[in-house]
Amino acid sequence: MAAVAEQPTAPPRRRGESLNRRALRSLLRNHTALACFAVIALYVAIALLGYAGLLPDFQERVGTSYEAPSLSLSRLFGTDIFGRSILYKILAGTQTAMTIGFIVTGISLPIGILLGALAGYYGGRVDAAIVWLYSVISSVPSILLIVGISYVLEKGITAICIALGAVSWVGLCRMIRGEVLKHRNREYVLAVRLLGAGDAIIIFRHILPNVVHLAIVTASLLVLSAIKSEVILTFLGVGIQDGASWGTMITDATGELVSGIWWPLASVTTAMFLIIYALNVAGDALRDALDPKLID
Amino acid sequence: MGTYVARRILQMIPIILGVAALVFILFTGVGEDPVRTALGQHATTEAIAELRKLWGLDQPLWLQFIDFLRQIVTFDYGRSFNTGEPLSEMFRQGALVSLSLTVFPYVLGTLTNVSLALLIAYYRGSLFDRFSTVIFVASMSISYLVYIIAFQYLLAYQVGAFPINGYESGWGGIKYLLLPWLIIMVVTAGPDIRIYRTVVLDETKADYVRTAFAKGASEFAVIFRHILKNAMIPILTHVVIGIPFLILGAFLMERFFSIPGVGDIMITAIHNGDFPILKGLTVLIAIAYALFNLITDLLYALVDPRVQLS
Repeated sequence: MAAVAEQPTAPPRRRGESLNRRALRSLLRNHTALACFAVIALYVAIALLGYAGLLPDFQERVGTSYEAPSLSLSRLFGTDIFGRSILYKILAGTQTAMTIGFIVTGISLPIGILLGALAGYYGGRVDAAIVWLYSVISSVPSILLIVGISYVLEKGITAICIALGAVSWVGLCRMIRGEVLKHRNREYVLAVRLLGAGDAIIIFRHILPNVVHLAIVTASLLVLSAIKSEVILTFLGVGIQDGASWGTMITDATGELVSGIWWPLASVTTAMFLIIYALNVAGDALRDALDPKLID
Repeated sequence: MGTYVARRILQMIPIILGVAALVFILFTGVGEDPVRTALGQHATTEAIAELRKLWGLDQPLWLQFIDFLRQIVTFDYGRSFNTGEPLSEMFRQGALVSLSLTVFPYVLGTLTNVSLALLIAYYRGSLFDRFSTVIFVASMSISYLVYIIAFQYLLAYQVGAFPINGYESGWGGIKYLLLPWLIIMVVTAGPDIRIYRTVVLDETKADYVRTAFAKGASEFAVIFRHILKNAMIPILTHVVIGIPFLILGAFLMERFFSIPGVGDIMITAIHNGDFPILKGLTVLIAIAYALFNLITDLLYALVDPRVQLS
């Protein structure tokens, strides 16, 4: 964060050390960040286990309806209305959430980087067209855009991913455009151009490595906002239709809480809290480590 | 100044056209047929044809698009598929309700959040700073939905300090708005204070800050007099850009507390596939967004004499 002047989390650069090595060293020294990366890795591992078919079946009944949490693995967080394990549902929901988070990021990162770089580098008409495109998208409330896209596509996880991907690249594109704009007339760019490098080489080999830290920092924020959006969209009825998702569980909790059934909401909120908090802190740590402006 | 504003308003046209085209593609001729949804399974062919004609759906698509553009220019958005009410009237009433929900916490929230950010910046690097950062990041890591569910359950249902839901126009309705106001302020505190704190701390590195200290100004004076003035620009941007979305209301809040604002209208329209509402709302908000973008830029020039409008 910005308080670097007072709390230098980023270690000074050693002589001859590359910026990337220094960034890595600064991350390794940051124990909170390491813990957060471990949490992210754990959630990714759960999602991968799910795809390998190794997660327990959440549809199976493990007890009676609404059993409070008790000390057995399947009933650790209690059971739902049908006597299914809340823990297993959360694990299956983790798979859904991580899938959405990573696919949305996988869609919007390349679009944001590519369009941002093209707009910033070429300027003129290319720039005008790309700026027009993202101005249009950012002046529509994203919730309405996403609902519209999910009307066109079949409702479900694919529609959510495409819809969120289609709206989430705008912020990154804007940032990359601004940075590339600053870089395109720098001396090193002129130098490689004089050496005969083409536009593609200049953009991808020379300029992008200098601005790509923005994309890395943004990535963790993209993952977390996609996970949060799934919950809201599912509540609005345009999200996950079948299968386990945190959004469905939180939506169900609205009615359960009044009857004193607190454990489904408490468990799913905790599960979601851990990964979102970890992604938030990881994003900050990455910014501290990678942003050249914060490095002395 | 006059020519600048005129040019900026002209520049809005291609963006609004783009928005219109986008929502037209998304909300026309896709999903379920609204006529069939409205009339049900057993409608006669004549009834379907009649309703199609009434809603203008028998026209070719390009004529429908022209008609949509006409609606945008004349601010007459036709009628709801479901209730037959004129949309302009629905939006006007809904907007007033939504604003009564969102404006107060927005103003009060901005004032408290900026003050808190300055306070935290004053104690930067201290335990208080670090602790508050952890708290705010934690508060941002909980879903909006969970806040609403938990606050409604604890404060309205368990403690009984607030009505569970409802709405009344006029001063008597304030008791229904208190809890939603509280939730909005709690939810926006974390992200806002973090942004404002960063903005303020970015300013602390500026030359004028060193000069002010060198002249013997106290830390308090530097932060609250010198830095606050300069930090006003990014803060203003953040605040003004958020205004158009106040019309949309806090749609989740309106849903949970049965407040009949624009957000509630929108969610009902989503559930019913009431496309005229969705199209009209999207364009209205896009226009408001573009206008407030312009207002932000004009405010820049007002706040900061270095900014030249050209």
